[in-house]
Amino acid sequence: MTMLGDRQQLAYIASQAADARVNVELETEGMTLNIGPQHPATHGTLRIIARLDGEQVVWAEPSAGYMHRGYEKLTEVRTYPQVTALVNRIDWLGSFANEVPFILGAEKLMGVEAPARAQHIRTILFELSRIANVSLFLGDLGVQLGAVTPVFFAFRDREYVLNLIEGATGGRFHPNFDRIGGLKDDLPAGFIEETHSVMKKLRNFCDEIENLLFGNEIFQSRTRGIGVIPKDIALQYGLSGANLRASGVDWDLRRDQDLPMAWNKVDWNVITHPDGDSFARCWVRLQEVRESTKIVDQLLDTLPAGPVMAKVPKIIKVPEGEAFVSTENPLGEMGYYVVSQGDQGPFRVKIRSASFNNISIVPWVLKGVYVPDIITILASLYFILGDIDR
Amino acid sequence: MQWNEEVSPLSSTTDTTEAPRDERREAELARVVAALGGNVVDSLVKPNDDMWIRVTADTWRATGETLKSLGYTYFCFLSAIDWMPSPFGKGEDDPTAPPVERDTTIKHGYTGGDTRFQVLARVTQPFTSLGINIKVDVDDAAPVIDSWSGVYAGANWHERETHEMFGIGFNGHPDLRNMYLPTDFEGYPLRKDFPLLARIVKPWPGIVDVEPLPGDDSEEGEAS
Repeated sequence: MTMLGDRQQLAYIASQAADARVNVELETEGMTLNIGPQHPATHGTLRIIARLDGEQVVWAEPSAGYMHRGYEKLTEVRTYPQVTALVNRIDWLGSFANEVPFILGAEKLMGVEAPARAQHIRTILFELSRIANVSLFLGDLGVQLGAVTPVFFAFRDREYVLNLIEGATGGRFHPNFDRIGGLKDDLPAGFIEETHSVMKKLRNFCDEIENLLFGNEIFQSRTRGIGVIPKDIALQYGLSGANLRASGVDWDLRRDQDLPMAWNKVDWNVITHPDGDSFARCWVRLQEVRESTKIVDQLLDTLPAGPVMAKVPKIIKVPEGEAFVSTENPLGEMGYYVVSQGDQGPFRVKIRSASFNNISIVPWVLKGVYVPDIITILASLYFILGDIDR
Repeated sequence: MQWNEEVSPLSSTTDTTEAPRDERREAELARVVAALGGNVVDSLVKPNDDMWIRVTADTWRATGETLKSLGYTYFCFLSAIDWMPSPFGKGEDDPTAPPVERDTTIKHGYTGGDTRFQVLARVTQPFTSLGINIKVDVDDAAPVIDSWSGVYAGANWHERETHEMFGIGFNGHPDLRNMYLPTDFEGYPLRKDFPLLARIVKPWPGIVDVEPLPGDDSEEGEAS
């Protein structure tokens, strides 16, 4: 344990030393490098302004807001069931996972709980969203580093998962399937067998990516020891998800929170990595896809019988109150603070999205790195623009 | 509807029959309140749910520092709530009809409040996943409060967002530039008296479609 702590501390000292070098050694004329808003290395329209001194970044700032859609304002003129259609589009690669915390928040305020079968199916679809989301990350990671092959593997296998989600919900990207009190429908016939076989393919895909990318010397040399985020910094910036667990924080909301979902009913592991560098963040995500396939497989085998919808009124009025519910989404902690004043629609919804916090650390972590590392660090932090801008 | 008997029917009122206890959260809140002392105006525990406290405005920064030292090292979010009900309702008014007068009496949520704006933050203890929601009243005439960016580094961006969306200033914040809006944007979009323009310039198509759902016994067609 102490050895691991020392390793993290050494990496931190190295990053601080790089920072000092920038300030003292190199007295050259600076230049400003503008990456984005439209740039192949950014997902969507995130603009990074970096002030360089030679090859090193002295100051960097992400400039978001090119895609802000004002969902917090829009929720105030929607009814509760309509809000899920909006929040679907926050993190568009893991849409179903966005609906769940909002629905759980509304259910908490109403005192309703979904039937056991609905909770299981929710968890299954939640984990399928994670797999669809993170498998794209794993493919895209290669592209950021100049390796084109992994992305084809990723798109091939993500398609199987999207087909499953489409088969169950009718929507490939925006299922809008979660309802207050349960789910719109039960699983289609043949879903269980099909999902088992897809999970096998996905585990195979993880092996392929691990052999292809993670064992690669270039990949390792470009990610190991790069962009180190120590534990305490990660926590106070509110980093969550794999970014936090890659800094050695053994905290997963799926395990540590008592939610009416099925994660605690099956056997799986929380993956952590002590290093806190880019490699650790990528590695944790890869392992989490494996764990997700395990969760899905076990949940399919233990799927309880029964209805998928509790008895709720046709017109939903949520009693007065406030609730915060967050879940461990593919990108990290996604939460909704819902304020209800007894109306058909929420009075105020604060959307706590993972990427907003994850990206707010960029000015800190980019200080002192070299220009090519900007891209790998951003890629390993993994953000979805819709999740920053909301 | 064969599952009717399996699921208890929904009650819209909170059940006060047995009043479940949550000793873990109650003990935790007592520890927090003891550490904060006179800063706490009001506090609330909802069993097996969450904790809320409201603190005085001049001790906002000190509250953050105390909570951090109590193990709430994970910064979740910071935002604000405008408690005034929107004078535009749901934005579903007929633009040709005379404007509707709406009751804009302020009705506060948990732990009460005295002002229209409240800043709301949430910090969490990692590992135990116990979170606490902290509210603070912000003076209506001069909505300014101390910044948390020196306490929790992550508060920086959240305060910038709150500043442009609600017009709440943060003393000691390094850089309160707009994140999303153009620099010369006028108004504060998330305030309730800021109209949702998309609903103003074009009538909401839903106003012609409203018809009661079959078999519904709740009242229909009310103004808000």
